[in-house]
Amino acid sequence: MMASSYSTKEEDGHPSGASSHGGPGAVKSKKPDNTAFKQQRLPAWQPILTAGTVLPAFFVIGLIFIPIGIGLYVTSNNIKEYEIDYTGADINSSCYSCAKSYSWNSTTSCVCSVEFILEQPFESNVFMYYGLSNFYQNHRRYVKSRDDSQLNGDQSALMNPSKECEPYRTSDGKPIAPCGAIANSLFNDTLELYYVDSNGTRNAVPLVKKGIAWYTDKHVKFRNPGGNNNLTVAFQGTAKPVNWAKPVYELDPSDPDNNGFINEDFIVWMRTAALPTFRKLYRIIQKKSSTTPTLPSGKYFLNITYNYPVLSFDGRKRVILSTISWMGGKNPFLGIAYITVGSMCFFLGVVLLIIHHKYDTRNSSADIPN
Amino acid sequence: MFRKRPPPEEERRVRANDREYNEKFQYASNCIVTSKYNIITFLPVNLFEQFQEVANTYFLFLLILQLIPQISSLSWFTTIVPLALVLSITAVKDATDDYFRHKSDNQVNNRQSQVLIRGSLQNEKWMNVRVGDIIKLENNQFVAADVLLLFSSEPHGLCYIETAELDGETNMKVRQSVSVTSEPGDPNNLASFDGEVVCEPPNNKLDRFCGTLYWRDKKYTLTNQNMLLRGCVLRNTEACYGLVIFAGPDTKLMQNSGRTKFKRTSIDRLMNTLVLWIFGFLVCMGVILAVGNAVWEREVGSLFQSYLPWDPPVDNFLFSAFLSFWSYVIILNTVVPISLYVSVEVIRLGHSYFINWDQQMFCSQCNTAAAARTTTLNEELGQVEYIFSDKTGTLTQNIMSFNKCSINGQTYGEVADPLGPQPKKLDFTPFNPLADPGFCFYDDTLLESVKVGDSHTHEFFRLLSLCHTVMSEEKSEGELVYKAQSPDEGALVAAARNFGFMFCSRTPGTITIREMGQPVTYTLLAILDFNNIRKRMSVIVRNPEGRIRLYCKGADTVLLERLHPCNQELMNITSDHLNEYAADGLRTLALAYRDLTEDEWEAWAESHRCAGKATSCREDRLAATYDQIEQDMMLLGATAIEDKLQEGVPETIAILSLANIKIWVLTGDKQETAVNIGYSCKMLTDDMTEVFIISGHTVQSVRQELRRARERMIELSRTRDGGKEEGTGGWSEACFMGNGVREGQGRDVAGGVKQLQCSPPPPSNLTDNISGEFALVINGHSLAHALEADMETEFVSTACACKAVICCRVTPLQKAQVVELIKKHKKAVTLAIGDGANDVGMIKSAHIGVGISGQEGIQAALASDYSFSQFRFLQRLLLVHGRWSYLRMCRFLCYFFYKNFAFTMVHFWFGFFCGFSAQTVYDQYFITLYNIVYTSLPVLAMGIFDQDVPDHRSLEYPKLYEPGQLNLLFNKREFFICIAQGIYTSVVLFFVPYTVLSDATQSTGVPLADHQTFAMTTATALVIVVSVQIALGTGFWTVINHVCVWGSLGSYFTIMFALHSQTLFRIFPSQFHFVGSAQSTLLQPVVWLTIALATAICIVPVLAVRFLKLALRPRLSDTVRYTQLVRQKKRKAVSRSAGGGWRSAGSVSEGRLGTRGGSRRSGYAFAHQEGFGELITSGKNMRLSSLALATFASRHSSSWIDTLRRKKHTHTHTPPSTSEECSSAPSCVSGSVPPLSNSSSILGGSQDTPIEEDVGTASAQNTQTVPTSSAQTQPALAPDSEATAPQDSALALSTGIFTSPAVRYHGGDSPGGWTVSLGTVQEALFGWKGIAVHTNASNSPGAPSVAKETSQLE
Repeated sequence: MMASSYSTKEEDGHPSGASSHGGPGAVKSKKPDNTAFKQQRLPAWQPILTAGTVLPAFFVIGLIFIPIGIGLYVTSNNIKEYEIDYTGADINSSCYSCAKSYSWNSTTSCVCSVEFILEQPFESNVFMYYGLSNFYQNHRRYVKSRDDSQLNGDQSALMNPSKECEPYRTSDGKPIAPCGAIANSLFNDTLELYYVDSNGTRNAVPLVKKGIAWYTDKHVKFRNPGGNNNLTVAFQGTAKPVNWAKPVYELDPSDPDNNGFINEDFIVWMRTAALPTFRKLYRIIQKKSSTTPTLPSGKYFLNITYNYPVLSFDGRKRVILSTISWMGGKNPFLGIAYITVGSMCFFLGVVLLIIHHKYDTRNSSADIPN
Repeated sequence: MFRKRPPPEEERRVRANDREYNEKFQYASNCIVTSKYNIITFLPVNLFEQFQEVANTYFLFLLILQLIPQISSLSWFTTIVPLALVLSITAVKDATDDYFRHKSDNQVNNRQSQVLIRGSLQNEKWMNVRVGDIIKLENNQFVAADVLLLFSSEPHGLCYIETAELDGETNMKVRQSVSVTSEPGDPNNLASFDGEVVCEPPNNKLDRFCGTLYWRDKKYTLTNQNMLLRGCVLRNTEACYGLVIFAGPDTKLMQNSGRTKFKRTSIDRLMNTLVLWIFGFLVCMGVILAVGNAVWEREVGSLFQSYLPWDPPVDNFLFSAFLSFWSYVIILNTVVPISLYVSVEVIRLGHSYFINWDQQMFCSQCNTAAAARTTTLNEELGQVEYIFSDKTGTLTQNIMSFNKCSINGQTYGEVADPLGPQPKKLDFTPFNPLADPGFCFYDDTLLESVKVGDSHTHEFFRLLSLCHTVMSEEKSEGELVYKAQSPDEGALVAAARNFGFMFCSRTPGTITIREMGQPVTYTLLAILDFNNIRKRMSVIVRNPEGRIRLYCKGADTVLLERLHPCNQELMNITSDHLNEYAADGLRTLALAYRDLTEDEWEAWAESHRCAGKATSCREDRLAATYDQIEQDMMLLGATAIEDKLQEGVPETIAILSLANIKIWVLTGDKQETAVNIGYSCKMLTDDMTEVFIISGHTVQSVRQELRRARERMIELSRTRDGGKEEGTGGWSEACFMGNGVREGQGRDVAGGVKQLQCSPPPPSNLTDNISGEFALVINGHSLAHALEADMETEFVSTACACKAVICCRVTPLQKAQVVELIKKHKKAVTLAIGDGANDVGMIKSAHIGVGISGQEGIQAALASDYSFSQFRFLQRLLLVHGRWSYLRMCRFLCYFFYKNFAFTMVHFWFGFFCGFSAQTVYDQYFITLYNIVYTSLPVLAMGIFDQDVPDHRSLEYPKLYEPGQLNLLFNKREFFICIAQGIYTSVVLFFVPYTVLSDATQSTGVPLADHQTFAMTTATALVIVVSVQIALGTGFWTVINHVCVWGSLGSYFTIMFALHSQTLFRIFPSQFHFVGSAQSTLLQPVVWLTIALATAICIVPVLAVRFLKLALRPRLSDTVRYTQLVRQKKRKAVSRSAGGGWRSAGSVSEGRLGTRGGSRRSGYAFAHQEGFGELITSGKNMRLSSLALATFASRHSSSWIDTLRRKKHTHTHTPPSTSEECSSAPSCVSGSVPPLSNSSSILGGSQDTPIEEDVGTASAQNTQTVPTSSAQTQPALAPDSEATAPQDSALALSTGIFTSPAVRYHGGDSPGGWTVSLGTVQEALFGWKGIAVHTNASNSPGAPSVAKETSQLE
């Protein structure tokens, strides 16, 4: 490369220095503009971390965080939560036999029931979750193994699912609807709750199965192909996921608004969890009246239709009953964390204050060694 | 340029008017192409170039990886969007650059020139001119190619050119055609000219050309004297014809404008190292996670296959781990963000614009703003440790002003009270209408003395108006322009003019002056010319009354010894005055006269004629005759000329040295002048413990002198320290006081160790122990030895222990070598500043090159990285812009690495919870946009606008500059701190949401632990944390910073909501998986509580640490900032004048300057070359000057006349034709014996044997003549002539390569000789630079032999 530093202007001579061709009036001043921006004199706020600003900041943070933490802790403590592990890994567990005997291929379902006692009554609405442990819903291959177009009711995607769904894309030459590993592994245990009242009769606790999914999921993200008219027709030519016992249009034949892709249990499952131990909302137990608790204290039976094997990969299955507050479910960590951080700030503020008073080398005089 | 060349030319053959013949050789055409692309090639070539960048290739590689489905952990667009953005920004910049290059190429290529084709002149575009064509050039036209001058309209085949574009010199040069081709006298004959030129292949040597012209069976030698180079402008020549020898890219101009060496800053290098480390880190992370993946797949994944079977190609956990490694490389690649390099460029560009825009670096006199010609070096300006400065034109203005004089024992020009009000400038106009209004003098007693008619004063000014070699041009009525060979002379003649003795005109035999308004014509009998040995010049004139008088001016050392003994008393007084003047740093001359009787004159004239006609040793015989008559003179007085420093030079130097920057002056000037300037610009002060002078001529003596200097330094500092305190206290003081501060602190320890190993026993830990201020003055010939490989370290260790170093008589090559030496041994950032073509080498080799622009010549500015017009702007460039740039770049880098680690490492932690499957935490759009949208602008705004202390503070406290030199703000340690902080943030950002969200639910009971909510929470927390972090890091919140920080936060939420909106999802359902998550997540109080918690945990420790640092170990900048806050609060104007520190220091030393007395002898004011007097008396130059006069009338817009006129208005009268180095250039070979020298060895002139013989005879003759003429002066004179004799011959060599035979054979007044001696004429008139340089370069090896010879003579 030769002349990168060469330009005509230079060769033409009379560069800046010899600018006096015309009279002095013709000389255009090249003086840069005197603007605040160009002269780097923009008005500016110049904050400094002085004791006057930092120390109060620490105390203020402390003073804000500690009450919040206490509030959170108290709220969290008021929430009642009850958890039952029904995996059946333990030989004493009532679901042990189901867990042992179960395989994906078996046609008959295994039912087991767990008995538990609620010490305290659960006021207000109670939320029933199922929890899975060691289940990697956040695995990259798992997460991407779905076709959102198909789930959104796109006809072409229904018949020709995305490649991401492999190996659950087709079955016997027919496209799987819904395709992919997530759908294929849909949690399919059926849970029923019975309250054993004082005279020993089992009363089924009514479980609401709608309203458990995100609004946008239910109404925007998931749509049945061809509307909700005749799902059997709409899904014609597709195959059910390999692990499923019944096709997608029979998920909830009783309610067309909860069938097919917009079945809420399905939607909840499809919203993948961030962590390998997670819980998903299963049912809501609505408060019936203001006088009686939703779940009075006492003895309960949990009836489980055991379909979902987890023991093979050392997984666990739980059922959680919980009330919630304005800030959601039981969450003691948040309150404790707030209290801790708040106190730390306060403590730091005190320590820094001492240090500041003892060791501060700066005096307010303008003496600077040069 | 891209053309494939046949093998490199061995020699070039060109036949005139024969295109067929010349085409055989495929010489380059005259079309120049500086552009790189055209429309078709732009895309591929530009992309190809861009992908040569490692970073770009790396991202391309990532992109390819992402296309493999099993590996792809990110969508393809997360990489391609930033990559495309970066590539297109660069491409747009390249395209704009190239467009302007195209434009300029077209303009040049389409210039018209007249080509002689088949006997007739035709207009052709420049690009169509071929080698071998004969082209016609007219006055004021640019020369289209390198042409051989064949014919000129002027007599003797002369033509005049201006070479400002080539070498920056604005003076005219003369070129002459080969005699045979100019003979025909008719340009039409040229059509049939068929000579063939055989010459050297294209090269970049501007001052050399050798070739042979074969014509009509004869050979004619061609030299550079016959060449007109492209880029020159034809002046004062009606027309000329030339044969094109080199065209287009082969021309010397284009060969010289090679691509400048690409400079990188140390931050750049550090950044590259760090990026490599990060790559290493990335690979480590990848390996860890891949191992994790292997374990997980084996332990868990294989069991989990019923829900999640392995992808078909994966059949075992090892293969899965292998794929997972690459997947993690992809998602962790954001630790090296692609936007880093682009952002750095943008920031640097911004800083460059701030430099260009700075009003305080704008010089209104020359209408030149500072210019950052390179945009990639700004932050290095904040790390400079060594400044190498040229003297003339950089420190000094190269303007001499008549400042003081002593007449008959009475001193004038003394300003009575330095603290009093500025005395009024004398107004000469009522007294002398012809006075130069630009002349400044403040002492009216002198004017009174002239008016009264004091005979001594009159004689004094008469001498000044007669005894010189200045020529005058009367441009218009009453407007005289003097053309002096040296600025000193111009100043003296101008002074005489103002005091009523105006030099009007001269002919070879007469000088006409106006004495107090009356024209008087003196007959000029002889000019006894100046040279470096004589250090004086005289004229012998006959006044109208017929009396003959010799007027002499010269260096006091020489002149005072030749006075009549009756002058003793006056001489003592004048000596005192001279010492005073010298102490003020003025350049002095002593003036004397001698009355001659007619007989004396006749006798001497006869001997002079004999000497002039002598065929051998003419020079020496002449010198002897001159010496004969310059005896028994009567002292008139002395003059003191101020070599005007540039504005603010001492202050700038003081500030820069307070900032711990070491300043070395590298000058071609004489030692005396250089030392003088050193004192006047306060580099050298009387406070200094000792000034060492190295001027040995042999390797041994130089080594010895260096060692002695060092031993003395240690000795002195030991006594100094010993007197104060014992033990550690003294040591630490030594560290702080001496220059060894840096070396004591670590990084140069290694250098010291190296020195110990490779140099012959240098005193150990020298630099640690030096206290006290030392200075080193080294001569060019000694430097030549000092720069040899085995003495390098010795020189460096001595020189770097000194506070100030002055290298005088150095060649341009040596300047560059010195810079390279420091670069090599000190690993410090160097800056070279200069204004002339002789500084180009050092400007290019230093880390940062600064050119003084707006003066004559642009060569240095063109080669520089930064240019401005005043030396004093350097302090602002370094202490303000450089400091800020460094600070901003460091803060930018710290933050940039921090934010990317905080961002990326979350994936690493998540890996442990997602089966090491390379699942990303965030939404892919977030990953795409994080670096280019959400976090880019605040950090850019900080990188461009941040200030820790305001500009005037950084000048007030130069110590603020130190962190840059010590590289404190961004180094590997700081980098690790940033990284650690980033990792800490990532831990918090992952585990806080993890613990909180894993069990939390929405207020509707829906769990929050789904992936999308988690992603949203973490991402929001991340954006907020890094925003708070940048807010903490920003020290200067302008509107723009506010807009950027708040805007980024706002844009994050806006874009998030937009991307998660239902509208977008409905259009692309398969692309926007996160539909609705923004709303449903960000409405949850728990999420916000989590974000607040994470932010607090991230920020509180940082805040505490920063506060502690401020409280316990405040940096100077923090203190300055703090005090400023205090002051603002107090609203009290603390009356602390800016730079009070150095001012007081300055005044102290100034006060001492006067009391120093005769500690130092002045450099005498005589800076020009000999040979001028001869020209005047022979009348050769008259032709030229009258010709010039004629053209001046027609060329009012001539730039150099205008330059001159401008200077006249602003300063005292300055001669136009002095290039800045004319005084020193030819005489770099050897200085006179320096007064302070402790060496008696002598350097000889050159390798050429005939010259060496001359040396011998010259010195022999000189020593022989001395006793005959004046026995009493011998002891003092002898060493003088010995030392300077070789120099004389060197001078003869430099001017005589082409012409000296002629000078010898034709004698002084032979008119026939003048065409041949053209070289002498021209170079004497305008200064000979090139050959002088050439000579210098070759002189050193000859030294020992000559020294031997001279010692034998002794």
